[in-house]
Amino acid sequence: MAKVKFQTLDETSASFWALVGLHVLLVALGLGAALYMEEHGHIVTGMNNQIVWGLPHVFAVFLIVSASGALNVASVSSVFNRLAYKPYARLSGILAIALLAGGLAVLVLDLGRPERLIVAILKHNFKSIFAWNIYLYTGFMAIVAAYLFAMMDRRASQNATLGKSIGWLAFAWRLILTTGTGSIFGFLIARELYDSAIMAPLFISASFLYGLAFTVLVLIMMSSETRAELMTEEMIGKFRGLLAIFALATLFLTIVQHVTRLYSTAHMDAEMFILRDGGIYTLMFWGGQILLGTLLPLGLLAARGFDGGRRGLTLTSILFLAGGVAQMYVIIIGGQAFPLKIFPGYEVSSSFADGAIGRYIPTLPEALLGISGISIAMLLTAVALRLLPFLPQAAPEKA
Amino acid sequence: MAAVSLRRVLLAALVVVGAAFGLLKAEAGERTPVPQPVKPAAAEKCVADTQFMRRNHMKMLLHQRDETVHEGIRTKQFSLANCVSCHAVKGADGKPVAYSDPKHFCRTCHSYAAVRVDCFECHASRPEEKAKAANASDSSHDPALSALSAHVAEMKK
Amino acid sequence: MSDGGNDMIAPDRRALLKSAVGLATTTIAPGVTLYAFGVTQAGAKPADQPVTSAKRWGLLIDINKCPPGCDKCVTACSEENGWKSSGHPETDAQWIRKVTLRDPRTGAKREAPAMCQHCASPPCVDVCPTGASFKRADGIVLVDKHICIGCRYCMMACPYKARSFVHEEHDDQKVEAPRGKGTVESCTFCVSRVDAGRIPACVEACAAKAGAAMTFGDLNDPASDVSKALAAGASAQIRADLGLDPGVRYRNL
Repeated sequence: MAKVKFQTLDETSASFWALVGLHVLLVALGLGAALYMEEHGHIVTGMNNQIVWGLPHVFAVFLIVSASGALNVASVSSVFNRLAYKPYARLSGILAIALLAGGLAVLVLDLGRPERLIVAILKHNFKSIFAWNIYLYTGFMAIVAAYLFAMMDRRASQNATLGKSIGWLAFAWRLILTTGTGSIFGFLIARELYDSAIMAPLFISASFLYGLAFTVLVLIMMSSETRAELMTEEMIGKFRGLLAIFALATLFLTIVQHVTRLYSTAHMDAEMFILRDGGIYTLMFWGGQILLGTLLPLGLLAARGFDGGRRGLTLTSILFLAGGVAQMYVIIIGGQAFPLKIFPGYEVSSSFADGAIGRYIPTLPEALLGISGISIAMLLTAVALRLLPFLPQAAPEKA
Repeated sequence: MAAVSLRRVLLAALVVVGAAFGLLKAEAGERTPVPQPVKPAAAEKCVADTQFMRRNHMKMLLHQRDETVHEGIRTKQFSLANCVSCHAVKGADGKPVAYSDPKHFCRTCHSYAAVRVDCFECHASRPEEKAKAANASDSSHDPALSALSAHVAEMKK
Repeated sequence: MSDGGNDMIAPDRRALLKSAVGLATTTIAPGVTLYAFGVTQAGAKPADQPVTSAKRWGLLIDINKCPPGCDKCVTACSEENGWKSSGHPETDAQWIRKVTLRDPRTGAKREAPAMCQHCASPPCVDVCPTGASFKRADGIVLVDKHICIGCRYCMMACPYKARSFVHEEHDDQKVEAPRGKGTVESCTFCVSRVDAGRIPACVEACAAKAGAAMTFGDLNDPASDVSKALAAGASAQIRADLGLDPGVRYRNL
């Protein structure tokens, strides 16, 4: 295979700058929203003592999960020796860092006392998976940065062993990281819709899907920006295949997750809440996650339709990502909306909403904060692409 | 225009956001006068002399805070509640003022030095009615003072 | 922490006398304290001594003595600790609440107060990233609001829905119950009262104005009221299946 050449994003169109402008605006709005929330307290959000984690967490977890998955392409190229993926390895690495930064920013800005971030950095309770995640996240950034250096530095990139070993390390780290993210929920014994070991593999599988969808979208957009096709027909075919496999794997784990609970009499009511009785959560699950976010894009991939697959691939990726947000919404918020069974066997009621379905209506500030996470990630990526050669040049010809 | 570098755009955005932040946070009004904190009438000194207290009160509070919260050590001499009680400044209505009032003992200096006080985000910034009867603790405990000095000296190491 | 940490705190005899409601204490040897006369069996420890695991505070609630519609414990707690309704029921803090239990088969109803269960193995403490959620040596589970970053993971983890997040600014806190925007809070067993040898406000109010359904004391001391009451008959833990060994027990549930 010919040596892959890389380029910075030099020539940019008006629509690129319009998009950058939009993201700058969204980030400014998100930061403003965070300030507003800090000034007035969480009373200005829809979050309450029943639904303690809301839309910011949906976006933050979605981005963090996507981040580890965005590293897929780099891992496939260096860990599994698939040279065809090598031209996209750099982009995949920088996207992983950017997505993680976006997710963490949202998570931190939603804290009740965000100015005490330093406390979270200095004081750790090592029995907390949250504390572990602080190390996993910062470690991920450092390792992927080293990985990028190993790929991009003239001398370091000559050293195949170095690249390979950092590639392995990054791959192992990202699996542990997503295990940690899934376990934030999986370890919660108190809530029957969380407490399950399947959360870790489910999140890993979802991360493969979201991360690749993000990577593909950025590649398609950059292809139009550089006025050169960055992906060959062959690569488009490979990406389509991978997206389908990851979507099917996520669907499989989702089915196992729900059927296992459905089988247990004790958890049947909680499960039926998601599947049938949960109103918005049921709609989000069937309509958002399953129909729009899984079956429809899978159908599009199978149909091999329009435009040599490019436009189809764009739409498919967008649908997978929207389905991902829906999935996070159902898991995170639906999981809290179903009441805790503090006194099993009784119908309970109280002034503190015991036994009642949690009510959550997101407000504008928390929505802006959540969405700004995506914009932070996209802006960081845009800056990186302008400054350093992360993008491959034209479509690498077939080996 | 493509010639405008992305960096410059981002920088400009940052400046705009920063300015908006500043506007939100800046307190309107005139310059803060040099503080003249009112000394409590009850005692000349409670824990230590003024110079020492000026420099070290935060260290004592920090030290006491962990012992009280985690170990239940509730000696009064270095407790925030006791500080607030003795140093209460009365407002026009004859009642102790809260931290939201610029006359509050802590606030006089902290506004001037522009140092944020986190204590009163959670703690009461004025004594309770019933607690008002609680007077100043014994004016000078030499063993306490020497132990405290030792503690502070050790912290400096 | 320095070894000299303890001797820097001089015993403040006068304060001690005040805070312990006229309780006279004599230390006859390190760790051994004589109580000359006292209001409760709880017993005050000297103010300059740390709490130890020799005691474990606990509470027994007899539901048969808990009249329907009575909320004396709730109002007493609210009064003591300064939390109250601000007209936003979904975000207002509730350290203790009355839960109405209805048997779906018979329709029989009863009421039980619910609050932090002060578990021996509290999930809120396990999950807290900074260690702000912690258990004192004497079993009282607290939030150190100085290092709470307001992530609310403890609220996700608590099986008893015992915790509240402070959603709004407050400037009317009680001296003994600091609470502020952006941090999590819950029942403290009225920790400063307990340290002063008194019983929690809810227990006191229940005894004085209601059915005396609550018995508070040291679970480690077989001679304490609560231990004797627990030994006298069956009692239940809520969510006993989780194995958390709560410090709050219920009778006739």
